[in-house]
Amino acid sequence: MSAVSSSPVIERGTATSRIAAVAVVIIIALLAVAPQILSAGAVDRMTALFIYVILAAMWNALAGFGGLVSVGQQVFFGLGAYFAIRLAGAGLNPFASLFVSASIVGAISWPLSLFMLRLRNGEFAIGMWVIAALTHLLVNLDRLVQGETGTSLISLNVYDASTRRAVIYWLALASMTALLAILFALLRGSTGAAIRAIRDNEDAAASVGVRVTGTKRLLFVLAAFGIGIAGALWLATSITFQPKTYFNVQWTAYMIFMVLVGGIGTFEGAILGALVFFLIETWFGGTGVWYLVGLGATAVLFSLFLPRGLWGTIEEHSGLRLLPVGYRVRLPADIADGGTAPSPLQTTQHQEKA
Amino acid sequence: MTHPQQQAVLTAAGIHKRFGALVVLDAVDFTMAADEAVGIVGPNGAGKTTLLSVLSGAFPPSAGTVRFKGGDVTSLPATQRCRLGLVRTHQVPKPFSGMTTFENVFVAASHGAGLGRDEAYEEALGSLKLCGMLGVANRRAETLGLLDRKRLELARALAARPTLLLLDEIGGGLTDGEASELVGTIKELRQRKIGIVWIEHIVHILLQVAERLICMDAGKIIADGEPQAVMADPEVVRAYLGGGPK
Repeated sequence: MSAVSSSPVIERGTATSRIAAVAVVIIIALLAVAPQILSAGAVDRMTALFIYVILAAMWNALAGFGGLVSVGQQVFFGLGAYFAIRLAGAGLNPFASLFVSASIVGAISWPLSLFMLRLRNGEFAIGMWVIAALTHLLVNLDRLVQGETGTSLISLNVYDASTRRAVIYWLALASMTALLAILFALLRGSTGAAIRAIRDNEDAAASVGVRVTGTKRLLFVLAAFGIGIAGALWLATSITFQPKTYFNVQWTAYMIFMVLVGGIGTFEGAILGALVFFLIETWFGGTGVWYLVGLGATAVLFSLFLPRGLWGTIEEHSGLRLLPVGYRVRLPADIADGGTAPSPLQTTQHQEKA
Repeated sequence: MTHPQQQAVLTAAGIHKRFGALVVLDAVDFTMAADEAVGIVGPNGAGKTTLLSVLSGAFPPSAGTVRFKGGDVTSLPATQRCRLGLVRTHQVPKPFSGMTTFENVFVAASHGAGLGRDEAYEEALGSLKLCGMLGVANRRAETLGLLDRKRLELARALAARPTLLLLDEIGGGLTDGEASELVGTIKELRQRKIGIVWIEHIVHILLQVAERLICMDAGKIIADGEPQAVMADPEVVRAYLGGGPK
């Protein structure tokens, strides 16, 4: 081996990503004071956006990073709302109920994962849908819910409308920020590398020492918890709970839409996708059926022409990485020149499409 | 296996493997020392890869026991065996295609070898360098050609810090020149006292490394010993040139 004076360095971020990190902090700080200036309607819309970001980030973590494609994530959304209703009905403070409820959802997802994670690929995806449909029926049996008539989080009425609106906004912002931070830390750590390895090849991951089932379970429970919070927050903003609204597969369809459009398997992509979805809904949501047609058409166009989504495409062409979870090796100049390693073993270089 | 060799690191005793009615391994006994380099040859369908999978824990044998470093590992999954130092590569490369070359190897260093972040960086970079892959460290594995995918299998297995490396046709599909490069790397591993079990069809490549050769046919070991003697064995010649399984 040739003696190299300087050795390769592992880079986790770039100058751009450090600026982006500062920008993220500033944006969150601005969002925190925004209710002072925004109209009541705008505050409600922003709360919805935060919930969408949570949903997209959680589905992306599960499918984009972990390879666990589920079409039944609405089960956790519905349960998040349902347990919040139940807990508030039992006398717990309604705001506290939201988070206790999400914790219960996370706790329930653990035993659920024991058998669901035995299923692979399509079986897992559809199996989750079956679980969601079953759970929907079970929730309907609860007399408090009154079947499809539903019920309301009436205990929130003790707060006046403007306080309620602002508190829910802040809770949603704080939840989104915390969940994104947890997810980012997880994906950036060595567990994140294991998660992506499992997605790409489960057998190979096991053969190099990755604990496959335990790692998938961690991701599954985290996604359930996050989506549980989203469901509970949605309940808080809309007050009413009708099982068929919350256990509707449309929630997972929205998650998939946001992630595919934004860029599956990139941390930034899910956030961008949620923003795109939010804007489409804001501008075209009132157009009824055409709105849904437009959503479907957008999804089809993206999967045909931009299969890696908006952020995946941007990243590919510009190399821009704002919130990178991966690793780059910076080689000393003498190695990097010509793109070949100084190994005597390497005499041929296979350059395919880069 | 009542009298294993004194420094036997890996022992497989009475291994049977059946897939339905098909018997792929039929009472295979195999023992090796930690510093050995064992080559395995045999015609297609002899059960070589299946034996490797049973040794590495990809699936359990139908009967028989596998012992590694003195402990019974028969029921341990591949993850745990890798962490104990028994690591395999795959005949058809199985890269983590959405991750970079470096990230592929880093996963093995941090999970297989159980290293902390900085040590795992060092280990991963060392493996890449040894396998001549530093130049493609930032390439997504899905863009790599066959030689680089084979190298990546090797680099990734090495980063898990194996005591014993199980190589499954790492030279398969490569040109002679490319295969010779890999032999150079594998010889380097021998200097590091890593034991090797290597399945290969390209015998002259294999013989540059193997000090002991095993020939399998129809799920059984039909010859085991000094490479030249095994290659000259009439049964081995018959297995390769035809004339029935026995």
